[in-house]
Amino acid sequence: MGDPVGQIARWLEILLLNWGLSAPLVTLIKVVLGVVVLASFVLLVDILLVWVERKVVARFQDRLGPNRLGPFGLIQPIADVIKLLIKEDITPQGADRIVYNLAPIMALATVILLWAVLPLSPTMLGTDLNVGVLYVVAIGAISTLGIIMAGWSSNNKYALLGAFRTVAQMVSYEIPMVIVLMVPVLLAGSMGINSIVQQQEVWYIIIAPLAALVFLITSIAELGRAPFDLLEAESEIVAGFHIEYTGMKFGLFYAGELLHALTLSAIFSSLFLGGWRGFGVDAAPILGLIWFFAKAFFIYWVIMWVKYSLPRIRIDQMLNFNWKFLTPLSLVILIVTAISDKLLADASPPLYVAGMLGVNLVVAWGTLQVLRRTARHERRRVAEPKPAAAPGSRRAPGAMASAHNPPISTTNP
Amino acid sequence: MVPLSWYLIFSAALFSIGLFGVLARKNAVAILMGVELMLNSVNVNLVAFWRYRTPEGIAGQAFAVIVFAVAAAEVAVGLALIISIYRRRNTVVADEIDLLKF
Amino acid sequence: MSPIQVVFILTAMTTLGAALMVVTVQNLVHAALWLILSLFGIAVTFVILNAGFLAVAQVVIYIGAISILMIFAIMLTRRVAEDVNPQIGRRWWWAAAISVVMFVGLAWMLGNWSGFRSPLPAASSGMDPLVQLGEALVSVNAYVLPFEVASVLLLAALIGALMIAWERRPG
Repeated sequence: MGDPVGQIARWLEILLLNWGLSAPLVTLIKVVLGVVVLASFVLLVDILLVWVERKVVARFQDRLGPNRLGPFGLIQPIADVIKLLIKEDITPQGADRIVYNLAPIMALATVILLWAVLPLSPTMLGTDLNVGVLYVVAIGAISTLGIIMAGWSSNNKYALLGAFRTVAQMVSYEIPMVIVLMVPVLLAGSMGINSIVQQQEVWYIIIAPLAALVFLITSIAELGRAPFDLLEAESEIVAGFHIEYTGMKFGLFYAGELLHALTLSAIFSSLFLGGWRGFGVDAAPILGLIWFFAKAFFIYWVIMWVKYSLPRIRIDQMLNFNWKFLTPLSLVILIVTAISDKLLADASPPLYVAGMLGVNLVVAWGTLQVLRRTARHERRRVAEPKPAAAPGSRRAPGAMASAHNPPISTTNP
Repeated sequence: MVPLSWYLIFSAALFSIGLFGVLARKNAVAILMGVELMLNSVNVNLVAFWRYRTPEGIAGQAFAVIVFAVAAAEVAVGLALIISIYRRRNTVVADEIDLLKF
Repeated sequence: MSPIQVVFILTAMTTLGAALMVVTVQNLVHAALWLILSLFGIAVTFVILNAGFLAVAQVVIYIGAISILMIFAIMLTRRVAEDVNPQIGRRWWWAAAISVVMFVGLAWMLGNWSGFRSPLPAASSGMDPLVQLGEALVSVNAYVLPFEVASVLLLAALIGALMIAWERRPG
């Protein structure tokens, strides 16, 4: 009773077999239909996300947001889509046509590809890859390629510079993300996302909270959203790699960015919040869908909360934060989680959860102490009176004075 | 059902195309691309032999993973060298980089 | 012609065609994009060969990292009027002859091998190849030594690339 999608699939299969089609052809038709339905569903949710984004940002900024078109402004995204469709489609002179047109398609397609491995409910799954987590990393890597194509083919210095910065940021933040993704793989013993969800008797955010936090931070960096949105900074590089895109091509980039945020929220909720697990899912698998989207939208709201509360950070601060803080921290998290998982393997479940949580809190406390000491050291160094530049000191032509880097943390002592 | 011969001919052809790229191209990065094609053809060979001759062992896949690591290391160092040469000589055309010291 | 044969032929034609474009195209960034297509074709070949982990690893390592590195290197080493000069040397027919000889030699040598026309054995229904691969790479009786040497090699490459590309600050 609780599995309408599965029942429809079985009814369709029996119908097609009765029409005399061969079994492999029926399977092919079912697969193609499933792909079309999933992709359409995801794109419809994407249109809803435009409305959600604008309403939530408005409420964070103490105003109302769009409320003229339709009840609560729900028709607003459709108006946006129509506006983008009727805009003039400009191709800059000297742009590489094929690559220029291919880039926004790749940007959106790579995000939709991610939905193939997410388990929406116990019975609704695109494909149960046993290397699902690595597939997510691979698709993330391909999306950076779409950005380089966009930046280079626009024949514009600012677009190219923006594309370089974007790719540098994304490739740098992939490293702590992959290391931290190994933590739920370690705890569940499998790389398939459905297996990880099924193993979460206790949600992994309780067993490995630091890993969840680092994954959330690196996801926000991978998305290119604030506070890591230097790449779209209008005051600095004039919108970055999608500066030359107008109309629906820009719409594809924008929609792709929002959908990517929801997709990474869905991945986070599958890996750390238990995905489709919740009350009543054993009886009615369709409830899994509701739990899945509820958790995904909750994390999406957290990501928006972070975006509209924090200021933008500079590119050198961003790279320092990644290489000097996140990468060593994620390595420490992985090693500590692996060791304590082995040590506590025979303990009873409550003791196991308490033990892992305690270990995570110890690592967090240790990290804060290190940060505190580094910040104090940095403050002392800044407060020293600097010697004035001596006359006649030689500087080679072209060497820039290195900018003073502020400390990477803002914790108060 | 694809016989093993098809995979072997495919990888031999890919290797030859990569060899042509290494021998005929002038730009150093283009030569590296030819080397990448050759390494990939070797990987295809290794995995095909694993699948068709010893599917119960894992030697073919393990060595393909090692080849991935070696190829990545070689590309990283090679491109660092090319960028360093470009800074000093302002060229990456292989024919023009023929003096050890100016 | 079974479906899997059709799939393999399409993949092989795409990969070889893209590889030919890599070695002949004038514009280097286009060559890098064709290289990405041929690497993707090889990932599909790995999927046909039931090596799913290697296919995804190929996409992550080659397309996600190495190709992006190459595109960066191409963009950082261009000169203004570069794409006008021919990208293939004057004696390219020697290179083509050597390649053809190499291909014919390899094909003939492999053709004389007894196992050349091996049929496809059934996929081993034992352990998952992923688990087997993981255990083989860290097991003392298997491949832990090449694994550790590869990691030392990567560390050496990391340090070496940093040292080479480090811009010396004068003074």
